Amino acid sequence: MSQRVVIDPITRIEGHLRVEVEVDENNVIQNAWSSSTLWRGIEVILKGRTPMDVGLIVQRICGVCTYSHYRCGTEAVENALGVKIPLNAKYLRSLMQTSLYMHDHIVHFYHLHGLDWVDVVSALSADPAKAAQVALKYTDKPIAAGEGELRAVQERVKGFVEKGQLGPFANAYWGNGTYKFTPEQNLIALSHYLKALEVQRVAAEMLAIFGGKQPHPQSLVVGGVTSVRDMLSPARLQEWKQKHAYVTDFIKRAYQADIVMAAEAFGTEPSVLGGVNVKNFLATDDFVLADGEYMFNGGVIMNGDLAGVSDINPDLIAEDVTHAWYSADNAQHPYDGTTVPNYTGFVERDTVYGKLPTLDGDGKYSWVKSPRYNGEPVEVGPLSSLLVSYARGNKVVVDAVNALLARTGLPVEALFTTLGRTAARMLQTVIVADEGLRTFDALLTNIQSDEATYVKPEIDANKEYVGHAMIEAPRGMLSHWIRIKGGKVENYQAVVPTTWNAGPKDANGKIGPYEASLIGLKLEDPTKPLEVIRIIHSFDPCMACSVHVMDFKGASLSEFKVSPNGL
Amino acid sequence: MDTHAALYEQGKQRLETLRSLPRRHEETIFDKMAQHGITRRDFMKWSASVTAMLALPLPFSTLVAEAAELADRVPLIWLHMAECTGCSESLVRADTPNLDSLIFDHISLEYHETLMAAAGWQAEENLEHALETYKGNYLLAVEGAVPTANNGAFLTVGCKGHTGLEIIKHAAEGAAAIVSVGTCASFGGVQAAYPNPTGAKGVHEVVSKPVINLGGCPPSEKNIVGTLMYFIMFGKLPALDMFNRPKWAYGARVHDNCERRGRFDAGEFVEEFGDHGAKEGYCLYKVGCKGPYTYNNCPTERFNHHTSWPVLAGHGCMGCSEPNFWDDMADFEKPLGRQLLHGLDATADTIGAVILGATVVGIGAHAVASVFAQAKED
Repeated sequence: MSQRVVIDPITRIEGHLRVEVEVDENNVIQNAWSSSTLWRGIEVILKGRTPMDVGLIVQRICGVCTYSHYRCGTEAVENALGVKIPLNAKYLRSLMQTSLYMHDHIVHFYHLHGLDWVDVVSALSADPAKAAQVALKYTDKPIAAGEGELRAVQERVKGFVEKGQLGPFANAYWGNGTYKFTPEQNLIALSHYLKALEVQRVAAEMLAIFGGKQPHPQSLVVGGVTSVRDMLSPARLQEWKQKHAYVTDFIKRAYQADIVMAAEAFGTEPSVLGGVNVKNFLATDDFVLADGEYMFNGGVIMNGDLAGVSDINPDLIAEDVTHAWYSADNAQHPYDGTTVPNYTGFVERDTVYGKLPTLDGDGKYSWVKSPRYNGEPVEVGPLSSLLVSYARGNKVVVDAVNALLARTGLPVEALFTTLGRTAARMLQTVIVADEGLRTFDALLTNIQSDEATYVKPEIDANKEYVGHAMIEAPRGMLSHWIRIKGGKVENYQAVVPTTWNAGPKDANGKIGPYEASLIGLKLEDPTKPLEVIRIIHSFDPCMACSVHVMDFKGASLSEFKVSPNGL
Repeated sequence: MDTHAALYEQGKQRLETLRSLPRRHEETIFDKMAQHGITRRDFMKWSASVTAMLALPLPFSTLVAEAAELADRVPLIWLHMAECTGCSESLVRADTPNLDSLIFDHISLEYHETLMAAAGWQAEENLEHALETYKGNYLLAVEGAVPTANNGAFLTVGCKGHTGLEIIKHAAEGAAAIVSVGTCASFGGVQAAYPNPTGAKGVHEVVSKPVINLGGCPPSEKNIVGTLMYFIMFGKLPALDMFNRPKWAYGARVHDNCERRGRFDAGEFVEEFGDHGAKEGYCLYKVGCKGPYTYNNCPTERFNHHTSWPVLAGHGCMGCSEPNFWDDMADFEKPLGRQLLHGLDATADTIGAVILGATVVGIGAHAVASVFAQAKED
């Protein structure tokens, strides 16, 4: 007999995510539903405002990939108005993005995803001396993994456990059989979890140097960047470079080593060997390099065919709302869509925890829409970005991927797994850190003869403008689409990474990456679904990003009405 | 007894109360610091800097140190409503190296969706357990606005499908104090901007208890941690301004402590981003700075370990710690009092008075009030 498992909240993510799965008598998942349970309406709020404010507002879509929406929104307006920003502004934006990635991927792996791989309780029985030797196996220069450091970490956490005061570590799935690290490996990773708290602070400071603050930097404007004084200050530039070196050191000596360690330990764990069941991948060109080239390449891969990579056709993107809490007849292109909320609530039924409100899989069940490329679901994210660049023959990416496979002894197929998704994020971080210095050097060269950072944009109130921008956010390809009329925002839409990955099934019954990744997964204990959390976290969910609306004309929802005309 | 002496006495009494509570950890903070290579001297230095940050006289630093030592007895429950997690990200940046994680250890973090290891059913159990066990004693921090339209159905959290509105009301009942972290929890924030499609509201609008509002999108890590410390030290709400923001952090206008204030007074303005004035650090008023209408300590505390703040990065203040700023202060690249800025004779204060109308009366009163006026009255 099948059983329903409800997981809400999925913690250690941005936002509010509910996942439900149905397991058979062998605890194998037969069906899965992914739902965002929050709707905010940012794009409704944008209507009627000046396009110059768009970046600051859309940035509030997310405080994690905080810079991505800021930049994408600003660049969508620049695209619409035909503004060509100065080279320095491009470099500064690229350096801020480099900083964001170095920050965001570290926080994701250690503080959000990490506890799916690391059993904190097991770390307490490790032998610190032995663990210090184990650390040397994955890098010849371990960081925060000497015997004394490991012993200190162990004693610190032991204090919690012995007194039953686990704080943020309380009541997790410790002891689950799918944790595969030895006690010594767990201790190393736990030590890195704590060390990374310090490192991420410095990574955030990198972005704040040119951004004013982080999260929610405040130095981009339509037409360029405002932090010209920081750009022209040798002290500031050097500050960035020093912090960059410090964070890169951790990435190389801890993050990279820990992924190799995880590949070894989890290389035979069934719950991390699958999980890439939608084999269509989408990514865009991004990270401006010295010579105007991009660090990562864009394109589309369908059916896992790396030889058949093609260019993105923006016309083929459409969003379906059959199973989302909105009303619309057909899948719609971002420029022409409507959003009429239609909340239908939950359905009461038996679950492994007793009677609970549950998602109505046959009806509507999420605030996330379902974007499709040419009618097909696709995955976006670091894995997609690397696969597209790999398929394009990007030498830096090809070498990095091949080196990791050689180092771990894993076959190419290992890329198409939960482990591959997590490893791709690390590889991307290493590449961004290394290659980002090329952008930095290019900036140094350029400012010797060119100090321009801004071009004043012009808006003709009698003209109508349409534009979009596509960038890579840490969670994958992000696109913003804008229509400007009468000098104001007429329409706005963000098609975001988590929407691509987390959307519910569509009118044709096709399921998206989250749901597909769970089907066929066997759970050790349905009341403690660690395997589900681990797979979902490998996508790095960002739910606030994924919940968006674009056209609210005529919308009403039982108890309220909204004026369609903006300010 | 003068104001400070009275406050010091209150602080001492509060610490005595804390000391009488059952211990959570056998290990002292000094044992833990030693494990991290932090000396007693480092700790006292840190206490002195927190004291200065809270605008207290230096002798209070011993109280700060004692409070940190006892802080493990205050359970913290942090809830997420309609938000972007920017405030949590800010909290995670708490910047005094090494020590912030110790403070983390000593506030018992019972529930925080972004940081906790437990998920799903087990996470919800943690929340229910904490609400029950520490009833009347926990600090409740809220991040995000509360959607109220459609009976709050725009947000549900947990296996049982409770709305955010239900959860907040329940959690507020047993809270010793409630802190709205950020502009969304304080005033509704971006989702409450016109036309506010989800009926998003600040926490204080849906609960019947006093709430401390930490305006800011997000507030700096110092304003978050400093406010939690205030409660731990004194066992009561700090002196608050007309919008219930702590005066120690929001008592002065951004404009008054701005590093570019001299340029404003000298009539030197950036006319266009990237121009000569921008390179020289001229005042950003004409390109939209809302510093004259905004109360916060950004110019003195900055963000990210004092690294920077928007005005240093050449972008005007957008007024993010003020209620309704998304509507009242937009268009962000234009001066609010632009119609008045024909010459420099129109000061920012006059402009503010005209634009903000009645509000300015409150702002004026607010600006001159002593930080400890409220404490003295108690």
